Amino acid sequence: MAVVIVLVLLVVGSVIFTFVSPYWFTPIASNWGTIDDILILTFILTGIVFVLVVLFMAWAIHKYRYDKNRRSAYEPENNKLEWWLTILTSIAVIAMLAPGLVVWNDFITVPEDAHEVDVLGQQWHWAFRYPGEDGVLGTSGVQHITFANPLGVNPDDPNGQDDILIATSQVMHLPMDRPVKILLRSKDVLHDFYVPQFRAKMDMIPGQVSYFWLTPIREGTFEILCAELCGVGHYQMRGKVVVEDEASYQTWLTTQPTFAETMSSGGVDAGVSLFDRGRLLAEGQGCLSCHSLDGSAGVGPTWQNIFGRSETMADGSVIVVDEAYLRESIINPNAKVVEGFDPFMPPYDLTDEELEAIIAFMRGEGE
Amino acid sequence: MGIVKKLTAKSWSAENSASDDQHLSAISPHSSKIGLRLFLAIVTSLFFLVVAAYKMRMDLADWVPMPEPDLLWYNTVILIASSLAMEWARRAARRGQAQTVKLGMMIGGLLAITFLVGQLVAWQEMANLGFYASSNPANSFFYMITGIHGLHILGGVIAWTRSMARIGRGDDEDKIKLGVDLCATYWHFLLLVWLVMFALMIST
Amino acid sequence: MDYVAPAEVEDLELHDPDTFITKYVWSQDHKVIAVQYSIIAIAVGLVALVLSGLMRLQLGFPGMFEFINPATYLQFVTMHGMIMVIYLLTALFLGGFGNYLIPLMCGARDMVFPYMNMLSVWVYLLSVIILMASFFVPGGPTGAGWTLYPPQAILQGTPGSDWGIILMLVSLVVFIVAFTMGGLNYVTTVLQARTRGMTLMRMPLSVWGIFIATILGLLAFPALFVSGIMMLLDRVIGTSFFMPVIISLGQQLDYGGGSPILFQHLFWFFGHPEVYIVALPAFGIVSDLLSVHARRHIFGYRMMVWAIVIIGGLSFVVWAHHMYVSGMNPWFGFFFATTTLIIAVPTALKVYNWTLTLWKANINFTLPMLFAIGFIVTFVNGGITGLFLGNVVVDVPLSDTMFVVAHFHMVMGVAPLLVIFGAIYHWYPLVTGRMLHEGMGKFHFWVTFLGTYAIYFPMHYLGFVGVPRRYYDYEGIEFIPQSARDLNSAITIAALIVGVVQLLFIYNMIWSYFKGKKSGPNPWKAASLEWQTPQTPPVHGNWGPNLPLVYRWAYDYAVPGAKDDFCPQNQPRSADAGSSAMVAGSAPSAEDN
Ligand code: HEM
Ligand SMILES: [Cu+2]
Ligand SMILES: [Cu+2]
Repeated sequence: MAVVIVLVLLVVGSVIFTFVSPYWFTPIASNWGTIDDILILTFILTGIVFVLVVLFMAWAIHKYRYDKNRRSAYEPENNKLEWWLTILTSIAVIAMLAPGLVVWNDFITVPEDAHEVDVLGQQWHWAFRYPGEDGVLGTSGVQHITFANPLGVNPDDPNGQDDILIATSQVMHLPMDRPVKILLRSKDVLHDFYVPQFRAKMDMIPGQVSYFWLTPIREGTFEILCAELCGVGHYQMRGKVVVEDEASYQTWLTTQPTFAETMSSGGVDAGVSLFDRGRLLAEGQGCLSCHSLDGSAGVGPTWQNIFGRSETMADGSVIVVDEAYLRESIINPNAKVVEGFDPFMPPYDLTDEELEAIIAFMRGEGE
Repeated sequence: MGIVKKLTAKSWSAENSASDDQHLSAISPHSSKIGLRLFLAIVTSLFFLVVAAYKMRMDLADWVPMPEPDLLWYNTVILIASSLAMEWARRAARRGQAQTVKLGMMIGGLLAITFLVGQLVAWQEMANLGFYASSNPANSFFYMITGIHGLHILGGVIAWTRSMARIGRGDDEDKIKLGVDLCATYWHFLLLVWLVMFALMIST
Repeated sequence: MDYVAPAEVEDLELHDPDTFITKYVWSQDHKVIAVQYSIIAIAVGLVALVLSGLMRLQLGFPGMFEFINPATYLQFVTMHGMIMVIYLLTALFLGGFGNYLIPLMCGARDMVFPYMNMLSVWVYLLSVIILMASFFVPGGPTGAGWTLYPPQAILQGTPGSDWGIILMLVSLVVFIVAFTMGGLNYVTTVLQARTRGMTLMRMPLSVWGIFIATILGLLAFPALFVSGIMMLLDRVIGTSFFMPVIISLGQQLDYGGGSPILFQHLFWFFGHPEVYIVALPAFGIVSDLLSVHARRHIFGYRMMVWAIVIIGGLSFVVWAHHMYVSGMNPWFGFFFATTTLIIAVPTALKVYNWTLTLWKANINFTLPMLFAIGFIVTFVNGGITGLFLGNVVVDVPLSDTMFVVAHFHMVMGVAPLLVIFGAIYHWYPLVTGRMLHEGMGKFHFWVTFLGTYAIYFPMHYLGFVGVPRRYYDYEGIEFIPQSARDLNSAITIAALIVGVVQLLFIYNMIWSYFKGKKSGPNPWKAASLEWQTPQTPPVHGNWGPNLPLVYRWAYDYAVPGAKDDFCPQNQPRSADAGSSAMVAGSAPSAEDN
């Protein structure tokens, strides 16, 4: 009775796999342990149903396998049995749903005392904004975004002047044990702010502000992933969140530039070298999502040692990479495509100054 | 038999065989009529969703009402007249007045074509005023709704030409009657859809 | 006198073919159209299968295959998903099985609008060609994910945003036209062309499943149609239905004011019923497979019918369970979680009734039976994980992870496919007059059933770990341990084996067509009407001069007092005690007028 044995083994194997395999949730770092609880409740209830149904079936097909001297029982329906099954199933469903909705109510009810952090997603990069001393975030919008004002803070809003900006490092910090409301914005396509250890996630939508809240309960550095498909660089859109005690958090916060500071010094990039400006641009424009700096493969050719290297083009010609070629490749990327790559890069409309900075950066990387 | 009774029948039992052959009522409508009604249900679903999308899009900040060319009113009158002509033909077909049928169908169809032309002119007028499909969301919807509705009318006109050919050939009377009937139903339905869509567009 | 259509039902004008072309190419015979639909669907399905193999290669052995880069990976994901859901499963279940089974099971000569039926298959082929063309245009096919979410789907930064997405949308619109032409036929035929005695509650569950699924499709596809048109307008002429103010890759675009969420609502208003468009025919067909091969009536037939109808109805009010973390109004969560979990009740009842059908039965372990058992296991597994994702708050950590991928593959990928396989083993003799090869079939079953379980069962746990979906590469993500990466390699190996064995199945279908054992009429001793045609395979017009008369439901197996183990639907009750061999041609008694 191969089928019967296989079904039993399948059930036993699945149960064993659940208990002995190393694959389970990352240790939690937020208050959403309640979500884990509901999940485990669901797991247990449904697991029991799975085991029972499959074992019952295995038993039935063993007991009632074909015998030419026997006939099946003729009993088109059994109302009592069906009613009981309906009732039991409904009870199990309610047992999962009711506590689930309670926790959902918590999830969508942001505590009054939560502090706010603003996260801006773009292809394929994260940026963060904290309210300054006044404790209020200034208004913002995609229409305000310029190179100097990458988060699109409304320059005319007094509340926004003291906002603290983390435009390029892709690292945010959060204090322990304080509820935080994470405001989510996007400047281009859908993204999703996802930290597995927090359990929570939410999409970021251009033209709208979404949010969720949590209380960090464990110190450490956690990865931020994007969990909504946002184009070729989706898998590389990564940031970090550092959860630390209140004192370290405050120290960190005070060392970050405010919006007014960055604007008065001519934007986030003022006062930095051409090379650093180039780096900021390359991050901000999403170049680095496709071009690696360490020689690894990507959507586009790596920038490691790019300057002076000779590249074979799709049409077979060989070109030595110089400034003119780089310029052309940025403004009109598909005019010449390196062999083995798709004509995929969008044309960039950069100013001369910006081009110079980026090229300086690309050159610098090669040295 | 009511639908509830039908769907609760214990069809395995012997008692049940008494009602064996009653699933077809004595005057079951022609399959084409059922098919058409079903199709109208689908089209209803389509326009219902368009309305839902319209309402949701309307609530967003950048909504500005669109201009309402007078021409749309004239077009509406033409479509009503077209529907009335179809109805006239349908009634005539029931009474077996072949000449009237022909006339009614002819008028109905030509008016529908006039309506289509009128809608195209309305597009032209809008565009001349500088209201392109991408200018603002109300306009986008205007072009899309009139476009989809127009395509449905066009489909009707194609069916109408086939019916007209039948009439011209002097085909079997029952077939002609059926064709006229289907055309009229479809015309009334599309008129209704247009009235709803038009009301939606001018009221917002 | 056998039954002749009553006067009020117009007899079909059958289009009698005379040349090879009209018989096999421009055919209006529902059986030929069904085979055409099936062949096209299986052919594109193979493309999707190959794409899944390529994706698995990348996931299992990242970086080893140079030609798979992040862009092509996303294109594979998208084309694989869309082809499997729409162009394979929907087309095969409704266009293939629906076309073949409805007229035969209802006792009709053909579909009621045969000409439109023929158009349907050719328009479907056109949509497939348009879709395939996108592999050859500059930029390649779209890589927006099968959900095609804007703004991403139509912007630079997503592969295929120049031509691929346009062809995809056009192909979908064409598909919907094809589906509508077919669907009008299926529904009208069930309503109008049942033979005398075939009451609604005597229809086999296959017909019920296909019938309700078609209604769902007819009402739900318009949502995809509208959203597809709106997105095309956004892409081609620059309207802003779904497009807000956007700075894409450093450049301000000409869009403004639109709402990406609006698209998601429209998409899932179609997308969720779509799940049931695939699932309900599978539910119906598997019920019939179980019943025939277990030599027992289906248990709780009425409940099974009501469950199909209720599930179909409810499937229109659960769509936003795909959008719990989309940023929509979070209060919707309460409503949609409740409706979603309510659907679990009738669904669970169906499962119980399938197992209760096996209970006290007399089970033959034929190939269709094996696949049906495989279906139940897979479906229960996939169904219960649906409760995780439906219970809104549990969905928050799991959405967009590998858990979701595992869930929907179990429940709407593998489970319906197992039914399709079982159904092909079951009805192949009716279509061709020959049996499929049993040995190859067994091998196919075991590898497919156990292989897919090995692919998708562990994949849920990757989701628990937090591994996100639609990722080209997990390199550098620290919380994903090496063991999870090893598991990915193991899954890939299983997937490749499963993929290759499907070729054996195709080979079996071709081989058996020429060399298979002759089946004779009704090899499974089934009671339903499609096996009672005067000829096997049935000829054009199906029934000879007179339509069959139906005296009973489709599940009269092991009827107490009957001589035979089964009583065909067209066997009068008075003949039960006697020999059934002569029934088909015998005169009905007065009782049956
Ligand atoms: C051997 C069989 C199959 C294998 C190995 C397979 C494998 C895969 C893989 C690796 C992905 C991509 C996951 C990711 O990157 O996140 C995927 C996505 C998908 N598959 Fe399959 N698949 C199979 C059969 C099917 C079937 C039968 C269906 C029909 C319902 C299906 C529907 C989908 C869908 C809808 C997606 C999502 C596409 C998207 O994310 O846009 N697959 N599959
Ligand atoms: Cu992303
Ligand atoms: Cu759903």
